[in-house]
Amino acid sequence: MSEPQYGEPYLAKGNEAICEGAIWSGCRFFFGYPITPQNQIPEYMSRRLPEVGGVFLQGESELASINMVYGASASGARVMTTSSSPGISLMTEGISYLLASELPAVIVNVTRGGPGLGNIAAAQSDYNQATRMGHGDMPMIVLAPDSVQELYDHTGWAFELADAARAPVLVLADAILGQMMEPMRPRVDSPAPAPEKPWATNGCRGRAPNVINSLYSDPENMESVNMRVRARYEEVSKQCLRWAEHQAEDAEDLLLVAFGTSARVCESAVAHLRAGGTKAGLLRPITLRPFPSARLAALAESCRRIVVVEMNLGQMVDDVRLAVEGRCPVEFVGRTGGNIPSVEEIVEAVAPQASSAE
Amino acid sequence: MADAQVVFTPPESLHDTLMHYCSGCTHGTLHRVVAEIIDELGLRESTVGICPVGCAVYAYNYFAVDMIEAAHGRAPAVATGVKRSRPDCTVFTYQGDGDLASIGMGEIVHAAARNEAITVVFVNNGVFGMTQGQMAPTTLVGQRASTAPFGRRPDHEGFPVRVVEMLNALEGPTYLARASMASPKWIRDAKRKLRKAFLAQTEHHGFGLVEVLSSCPTWWGKTPKEALEWMESTTMAYYPVEEFRPLPSSEPEGE
Repeated sequence: MSEPQYGEPYLAKGNEAICEGAIWSGCRFFFGYPITPQNQIPEYMSRRLPEVGGVFLQGESELASINMVYGASASGARVMTTSSSPGISLMTEGISYLLASELPAVIVNVTRGGPGLGNIAAAQSDYNQATRMGHGDMPMIVLAPDSVQELYDHTGWAFELADAARAPVLVLADAILGQMMEPMRPRVDSPAPAPEKPWATNGCRGRAPNVINSLYSDPENMESVNMRVRARYEEVSKQCLRWAEHQAEDAEDLLLVAFGTSARVCESAVAHLRAGGTKAGLLRPITLRPFPSARLAALAESCRRIVVVEMNLGQMVDDVRLAVEGRCPVEFVGRTGGNIPSVEEIVEAVAPQASSAE
Repeated sequence: MADAQVVFTPPESLHDTLMHYCSGCTHGTLHRVVAEIIDELGLRESTVGICPVGCAVYAYNYFAVDMIEAAHGRAPAVATGVKRSRPDCTVFTYQGDGDLASIGMGEIVHAAARNEAITVVFVNNGVFGMTQGQMAPTTLVGQRASTAPFGRRPDHEGFPVRVVEMLNALEGPTYLARASMASPKWIRDAKRKLRKAFLAQTEHHGFGLVEVLSSCPTWWGKTPKEALEWMESTTMAYYPVEEFRPLPSSEPEGE
């Protein structure tokens, strides 16, 4: 595959970067329902999609919106929706149907503080929901961008992965990523063409009728569908597993593990800790599902301790512990309810005396 | 045999297969009526049908057109997604009263309000048939159901919903009617109305819905014949069988 070609950078808002990434990848249909902090996405799409020959339609609810996505995807379109935490809860049924019916789609969660109505501040408390989403066996790829550029890149990438896996792909952003502005370089090359979709329901001209369905009354049949969906997920996972490391190679004192916004804070914490003589580093999972378990296990062999930093009460930390399997202690630092751990809070929390006091 | 000729065939838009419906159920006949209309209008190869959750959940095994099985109540939203991305397709939903008038009330109202260019076949038999005869929003006052063992009581379960009259309050829809499967005479009337509901989409680019009163002998606890008689005497008395929103006058009405 050739290297991506980027144009000149401009100052872009995260939510708008999501839209432009989708449009670059060939997405021409958007169905969504207003909810803060992602409202710039439907607003932007409502004027931008008609310019490129696409269709924006505001659904009457998140339930309707995700099912409009289901219909458009069934008919072969590249289609997306976006929402924020409580709205994603409402869409979860539809996402399960997309997966079971083997339909590609991209869903972006610009998360907010919760549970319940919560607030509109940035949080990472939907990690478990994202990575364990839906009823039934639900292997679903989840991406975790940490910058406006990655919001753009990952949204485009998500469409490729969704088509390859014939499954919904979730992009897990947050209120800060969606609302902040950063320089962003748009792609100037063309996306890979979307694959042929001979299974699509768009009129049976010249062929036998197609059926899009998630009802399998015979458990043997349901199992074989689940195995097929799972196998496709595993295949695509092998190619898309991605993480970033920041001075992790020689982080023998301390390895921080964080994704998204909290990883940005952790980069500063690493610099702070290194300046104070602590050999610290950071591993940032870019795909939350698949999870970079093998790399974490390898790093755990050579570091004294791992501290997972999240904007929640400790969710990804469970996946880190499963990956590390006791090779070294795994601790947790976090804030919840829409708060962000500061560099100072992280540095203080990982100081040796804090650790020994635990 | 040299002068034998084919005078009657099953519709091309229906698979030649056994249906799972109970004896005396009117779904099978209604499937055939819908399939005949699709054939007669020459739409088979451009049609996408959306099945509900309910007795017609397996309709994708019966209609020989592209079919999508939707989540409970969401067929109008799924149909919207298909139609907006493929306006060249003819899109219909086939929904029962639990699917459309209970859990899916939001989706049908808004699809109608948008005058979404889809056709809705709404089957009202007054019970949740698939799940064993529970009360539906359309269950009549006094009518027993497995979750209304004393009969529907207005002071406890409220009144039945007249869906077409309710949608008729909206400015959006292009065609709205109620029909009945109670007898061959009414079935012919139902076919005329359903045909218009397809023409509302194909000729007028708008929303067409026919509520089709149907019987459920199994959960009404009646023989098929008694069930049809009860429809004429009771169901059709509460739910007027008429055209509420005729097609705009330019409509080519031929059979």
